[in-house]
Amino acid sequence: MDRVIFGDNQFFGIDHLSEEKGIAKSIKFKETSAITDVLNEVYDMGIKTFMCTTHEKMNDVCDYYRENADKYSEFKFYPCMPYAHKYANAATEHGIVGALKYFTKGHAISAFLGGLAASTGDMTKIMEVLVDAEMRPFKGLNTPVVFLQNVVTDLLLGMGAIEFFVAFSKHVKKKYNAEAGFITMNMPLLVKELNAAGIEKPIVCSSINKIGFRMSGGIEAYEDTIKEDKCRVIAMQVLAAGALTPKEAISYINEQPNIESVLFGASTISHIKQTKDLIEKKIND
Amino acid sequence: MINIGIVGLGKMGISHFGILKAHPKVNLCAVCDPAKMVTWGLSKYTGVNAYSKFEKMVAKEKLDAVFLATPTKFHADHIMMALEQNLHVFVEKPFCLDAKDSRAVTEEAEKRGLVTQVGYHNRFIGTFLRAKECIDKGFIGNIYNIHGEAYGPVITKKQKESWRSKKSEGGGCVYDYSSHVINLMEFFVGKATKVDSAILQNIFSAGTEDAVFANFLYEGNKTGRLTVNWSDETYRKMVTSVTIMGDAGKIVVNAQELRVFLKNDVEDESLEQGWNVSYLTDHSLPVGFYLRGEEYSAQIDSFVNAIEGNNTNNVNSFATALNTDLTISEIFDVANKVD
Repeated sequence: MDRVIFGDNQFFGIDHLSEEKGIAKSIKFKETSAITDVLNEVYDMGIKTFMCTTHEKMNDVCDYYRENADKYSEFKFYPCMPYAHKYANAATEHGIVGALKYFTKGHAISAFLGGLAASTGDMTKIMEVLVDAEMRPFKGLNTPVVFLQNVVTDLLLGMGAIEFFVAFSKHVKKKYNAEAGFITMNMPLLVKELNAAGIEKPIVCSSINKIGFRMSGGIEAYEDTIKEDKCRVIAMQVLAAGALTPKEAISYINEQPNIESVLFGASTISHIKQTKDLIEKKIND
Repeated sequence: MINIGIVGLGKMGISHFGILKAHPKVNLCAVCDPAKMVTWGLSKYTGVNAYSKFEKMVAKEKLDAVFLATPTKFHADHIMMALEQNLHVFVEKPFCLDAKDSRAVTEEAEKRGLVTQVGYHNRFIGTFLRAKECIDKGFIGNIYNIHGEAYGPVITKKQKESWRSKKSEGGGCVYDYSSHVINLMEFFVGKATKVDSAILQNIFSAGTEDAVFANFLYEGNKTGRLTVNWSDETYRKMVTSVTIMGDAGKIVVNAQELRVFLKNDVEDESLEQGWNVSYLTDHSLPVGFYLRGEEYSAQIDSFVNAIEGNNTNNVNSFATALNTDLTISEIFDVANKVD
């Protein structure tokens, strides 16, 4: 994986510290062209991986890069699924079975949902149908790693339903020739469970920052997990949602031994450039 | 270990499942829901016992406590059934549809000395906790006004009938969004002595309100206002904020950010005269296992610790949630309706 990975929160008006800034960003990135303009500059600056939620807004962005494939041939997309709000809302409205029926509509599996005949194979099949639906907009683009969002990873982890991680990994390998990635707020526990389930060196993306923000299990357990080198780490929330300056934040990351990549997002080109330069400093040294 | 069963496996039931199953002090034994595919799936992958009937689960399992995340219309009956079996009860918000039921179950739990809790998770968010501390320490002086607001995109177009459009099933934005805000306002300044006026406005829903505007009076000549609209799609998800005016300062707080304005310096090294801005990152407490927000794990820790310590005076006990239900019922009594 590349050392620097660009994220997408800013494009959806997400700001973890300020609602006002979030609204300002959603105004700024109302048009798809405002998003692709930033992405094109990011690409020209040398960042070739874009990690993005399977939000419906991404459909137009994907269309753009399919149409301009010759110009941006090195661009890699890391889809992160699912966009959880739509599932959560549907589950509250129609119950879990109702929501699953809705999202598998048109597929043969939909008819079986709610019946008592469901078997383990069916449960895995449902997962595969949902993954395929989320992957559809990315058809024809380069997607070498496919991620599970933290809300799903951590829910399954909490439940102890580790078999799903194995099934997910197999499915994305077989169908998309992609590696599975897992976003988590509980990295030490997740890595332990994935290793135990036979997934060697899983790709995990997790909050890693100097102040221990959203590092459940404690910062020491994180540092130990990173040292043990039993996973490939993408560090996110390295700025702790803005509580740290880029310089102190990145210097902490660069002190850690095995962090393969750093994920960050920003809405202004100068900030993106500054953060990228800080992250790459270690490699150049 | 505390033996726990979950009743109702919608969004909140599943969310509690993830946290409880990973909790070191909890033995999650059983789940109960009429959707057999869901309970079967959970049982198959996680080893808990599955039931479709609450009575059967309670009879077969040796439980200490239950988590009720059933549709609101069932809360009163399910709570009473659990209390009669001497089980500690955590129930999702809103508490009960009828404040008479809320009072009855509160009294029953008190009589039996059982630990109770309602899922008003805002009381476990770092920024709101720090705001409460600033108020209690008198940093903004005597409070004279509080304004609670919540906006979000639940109902943004006319839609087919569902439980959300039926007041008798807990639909409408008073039970849903507003209960959170009223409860949070009570956390800061106590229960309103009177709902002075209220307007319930239909925007898209046929049977229930999509927005509520209400004015409150409090002890000590404090005034309050509630502004809630769940049909505002400019918000990605529910956003709750509270502004508290005092004669020595002002607080504006939401789940991410805390702004404190002080007329004078106070005895607190992190605050000074003028504006003081801090963030969740400054106030959030780490949790053992994270799912969707620190507050969801923290509220479960609080419930578990209350059971262990035999403490019935815990955060969000039925007694405090009863106040919210009484205010809600007063809003319905005085409200003018606008279609």
